[in-house]
Amino acid sequence: MNDLRRIIVEAIADVAPEIEGSALSDDAPLRDQVDLDSMDWLRVIVKVHERTGVNIPERDYRKLVTLSAFVTYLQGAQKTES
Amino acid sequence: MSELRDFVMPSLGADMDAGTLLEWRVKPGDRVSKGDIVAVIETDKAAVEIECFMTGAVERLIAEKGTKISVGTPMMQVRVEGDTSAKPVGQQVLQPTPTPVVAKEVAPPTPTPAATIEAGGVRASPAAKRRARALNVSLATLKGSGQDGAITIEDVEKAGRAPRRDMRGAIAALMERSKREIPHYYLAHDIDMTNALAWLEALNERVDVSERMIPAALFLKAVAVAARAVTAMNGSYAGDRFEPSANVHLGVAVSLREGGLLVPAIHDVDKKTPREVMSALSDVVERARRGMLRGSELTDATLTVTNLGEAGADTVYGVIFPPQVAIVGLGRVTERPAAVEGKVAVRSFVTATVAADHRASDGHLGARFLAAIERALQAPEAL
Repeated sequence: MNDLRRIIVEAIADVAPEIEGSALSDDAPLRDQVDLDSMDWLRVIVKVHERTGVNIPERDYRKLVTLSAFVTYLQGAQKTES
Repeated sequence: MSELRDFVMPSLGADMDAGTLLEWRVKPGDRVSKGDIVAVIETDKAAVEIECFMTGAVERLIAEKGTKISVGTPMMQVRVEGDTSAKPVGQQVLQPTPTPVVAKEVAPPTPTPAATIEAGGVRASPAAKRRARALNVSLATLKGSGQDGAITIEDVEKAGRAPRRDMRGAIAALMERSKREIPHYYLAHDIDMTNALAWLEALNERVDVSERMIPAALFLKAVAVAARAVTAMNGSYAGDRFEPSANVHLGVAVSLREGGLLVPAIHDVDKKTPREVMSALSDVVERARRGMLRGSELTDATLTVTNLGEAGADTVYGVIFPPQVAIVGLGRVTERPAAVEGKVAVRSFVTATVAADHRASDGHLGARFLAAIERALQAPEAL
């Protein structure tokens, strides 16, 4: 759980270096906390894929609204794959 | 037949008077061709890769690394072969456009050359250095508040947050000039994106994550196709007349995270596949944010596109970048009720706008241009 959270936060911080990783709230919408356009978002998804192997289809982007939802999604995907 | 010629410090905008040589990318004896990157220079706010404007062999490097060189001052000598009757060197690229170029002023300093300068005695913790790289802050410009004058993370972050007055000033001057000199007219058109987005999603499903495309790549290609069809939108207005461009170099408005924007050009978008447009876009956005663009990318756009993306507003009317004659605005894609074959259906729409120079074209042509963008987006597989 903490590992996945760290991977996501690092991916976001790579793309949006102005944010402080620790300052991200788990339950507030990511979009309200970080200014990510679709190119930035794709880079986050690519980085998360590199680190976790989880291939997130575009239609699932809407499930990744908050940091905790993102973590839950990755946990589910890893379970299904393993 | 060969001739020795001077390669001089180019001007990347009417208000640039000098640049500092950060790095040579060539050495005596190297072959250079027109368009090769020969050096990296830093202007007031931007590091820029400078391209060669002649073909030949480097005879001698004159300028020394780290020195400030006035525009027009010889930087190196090149032995040019073949036809030497061309314009005197320096005239061709030095004045690519008579306008001030907003982009060259607004780029943040690049981290890479800064790092080499910093090797010369700047004291900063590894963490502060990392933060500086992330925030595009040049350590060489900072005064440290730590022990023995060492630069701390706080110093870096303070600098990262500082407003970029030069950037604002450059944008202000250019936009003011645009609104003063260019009689804009505005048109908007809603484009049904349902099929194009479905096509894109299916395509993205089949490829690796790193190969995915975003709608912006399709938009850019569609605009380029339309610019080929309606040539009155693509070119420059100077000396009281419009000059259409043979190339479609699309300026892409890239907003910087710390505020302000850069408008680098993607070259020959009409000749690229959507996938090639996507990788060029990804590359140019990344380099714009790192502050490492090439001189030509900052000066030779023939038409600009501003794409607000998903977090943006529904409709955007741009301000034309002189001496261009049009700017295309794309709002965010939204689901809207639409009449389809006599029934109401929910479809995805984007509002495309054009702000165009009434000296160069009339609304009729502007409307045809928007219709051409729409047509192109209805057949994404043909883009």
